[in-house]
Amino acid sequence: MIRFENLQKSFRKTHVLKGLDLEIARGDRIALVGSNGAGKTTMIRCLLGEYTHEGIVTVNGLDPRTHRTEVLGRIGFVPQLPPPLKLGVGPLINFAAELCGSDPARMIAIAEQLGLNIAELKGRPFVKLSGGEKQKLLIGIALGRDSDLLVMDEPAANLDPVARQVFFGLLAERRDNVSMIISSHRLDEVASLVNRVVELDRGRIVLNDHVDDRLDMASVLDCVIDLAAANPAFANAIGAWDFAEEKDGARWRGKVAGPDRLRFLGMLSRYAAVLQGIEMKERDNEQVV
Amino acid sequence: MKQLMQLARADIGESLRARWFLVYTIVFGGVMVGLFASGLTESRIMGFTGLSRLLVTYLQITMAILPIFMLITTVRSVVGDREAGVFEYILALPVSIGAWYWGKLAGRFLVVFLPVFGAMLVAVIWGLIRGVGIPWFQVLFYTGLLASLAWCFLGIGMLISTLSRSTDVAQGAAFMTWLFLLLFLDLILLGALIQEGLPAESAVAIALVNPLQAFRTASMLLFDPQLVLLGPSAYVILDNFGYKGYLTFAMSYPIIVGLCSASLGFWIFKRGDYS
Repeated sequence: MIRFENLQKSFRKTHVLKGLDLEIARGDRIALVGSNGAGKTTMIRCLLGEYTHEGIVTVNGLDPRTHRTEVLGRIGFVPQLPPPLKLGVGPLINFAAELCGSDPARMIAIAEQLGLNIAELKGRPFVKLSGGEKQKLLIGIALGRDSDLLVMDEPAANLDPVARQVFFGLLAERRDNVSMIISSHRLDEVASLVNRVVELDRGRIVLNDHVDDRLDMASVLDCVIDLAAANPAFANAIGAWDFAEEKDGARWRGKVAGPDRLRFLGMLSRYAAVLQGIEMKERDNEQVV
Repeated sequence: MKQLMQLARADIGESLRARWFLVYTIVFGGVMVGLFASGLTESRIMGFTGLSRLLVTYLQITMAILPIFMLITTVRSVVGDREAGVFEYILALPVSIGAWYWGKLAGRFLVVFLPVFGAMLVAVIWGLIRGVGIPWFQVLFYTGLLASLAWCFLGIGMLISTLSRSTDVAQGAAFMTWLFLLLFLDLILLGALIQEGLPAESAVAIALVNPLQAFRTASMLLFDPQLVLLGPSAYVILDNFGYKGYLTFAMSYPIIVGLCSASLGFWIFKRGDYS
């Protein structure tokens, strides 16, 4: 479906991509990981036809630069940094829907599933939305259209836990029909969403491997956390996950999206000293993790 | 064409919400209000009175501020959007680069021309209400001249914007361009060159190449058909072009300069990195 062949990109004397070779098949869900400056964004921009480059990039056999509308008509894109558009939320949705040949109602429906009140925000300039609201709207626009490929740069970074859970569910619905490239600095952020990992380091691919993807992206874990004693720092951290307090802060109960389990455990590990018990049960099969 | 219209609409939506547009509208509206308030329409200077006098003054003021406004606001459009990361998103949507570029240009032209035209319209409506004679030919021709000048500097602005690496550089280049063209108005450097013995033909040629001067001379020609105000160089213009010929030139030349500049900008943009 997508082919990168000896892809090279330089900015003046800086060689950012140094000959990438990569094939992405339909159904591949790729975690594109690497540190800052590894070349992830440059690679994505070459794929979207935004950069001139040496080497070959094709999507379904077409060059994204010379066949822009055909190629980009099948790619949903969520950038890492939302653009500072002054356009209103309503006009932006209509604009994107018209260009993509989609129904604005589809985009609105997804944005609302993520927790955005479009009716309330319709007249507000996009740039005036909060980081999370912007991200939800951009995800709504990207998922509310027909596409063969989703390219997402840190898509869940600004989402609250509930929205993350909905977002993972939306990706799960598309996992069989749509290829995905999810860029992130950290593998643990996206590991559970993907079936393949590509790691870039200073413009080269240093890891290209398949990963086990038995995890159900739409799964939800019911969690109970017991502490030795109430801890304000922990309360603050777990509050961001929408957990409810019990026993005067010594017990916390809530739910975690399946793909977020690694990230959640990462957060818990910071409070290992005060943890007394962790219970995580997947809702569907009652399997203790 | 459909995409071009969509992008023009989007750019108009963006511009109407921008602070520069508010300032821009206030400036042109303010100029017109100021001219009314100053009682200019009642004054008789060099034989002109009423609406003709008002329009001539308005055009002279517009000539000074429209180009720099156009340049400063337009040069930010490509390089500013690139810096801010707007392109990364907008140009990842299925839109052709041509539709995006020319749509942006069309939208921006409408947005910058409307306040200027709106101020003219206010003057005409005021004239009609007061029962003052409306010099319709002047009104129409001045409107055309303003549109031509606006388009010219829009094209130059887009070219500067595509060539620049940063907004600061673009704004500096825009200011220098405006200053350069202003210096070659007959009142300043051109006057000095003539004083130094530059042949009249060369001086006129320099003046004709400058769209600002072409605009200014044409606006003078409308109320001074013999170009007495311009002095001896008027003969070169009138002998070579004639009255109607020069008006046609003054209207079409800035449009061509704007179109060529914008086309060159598009060609450069299309060949490079978009974001």
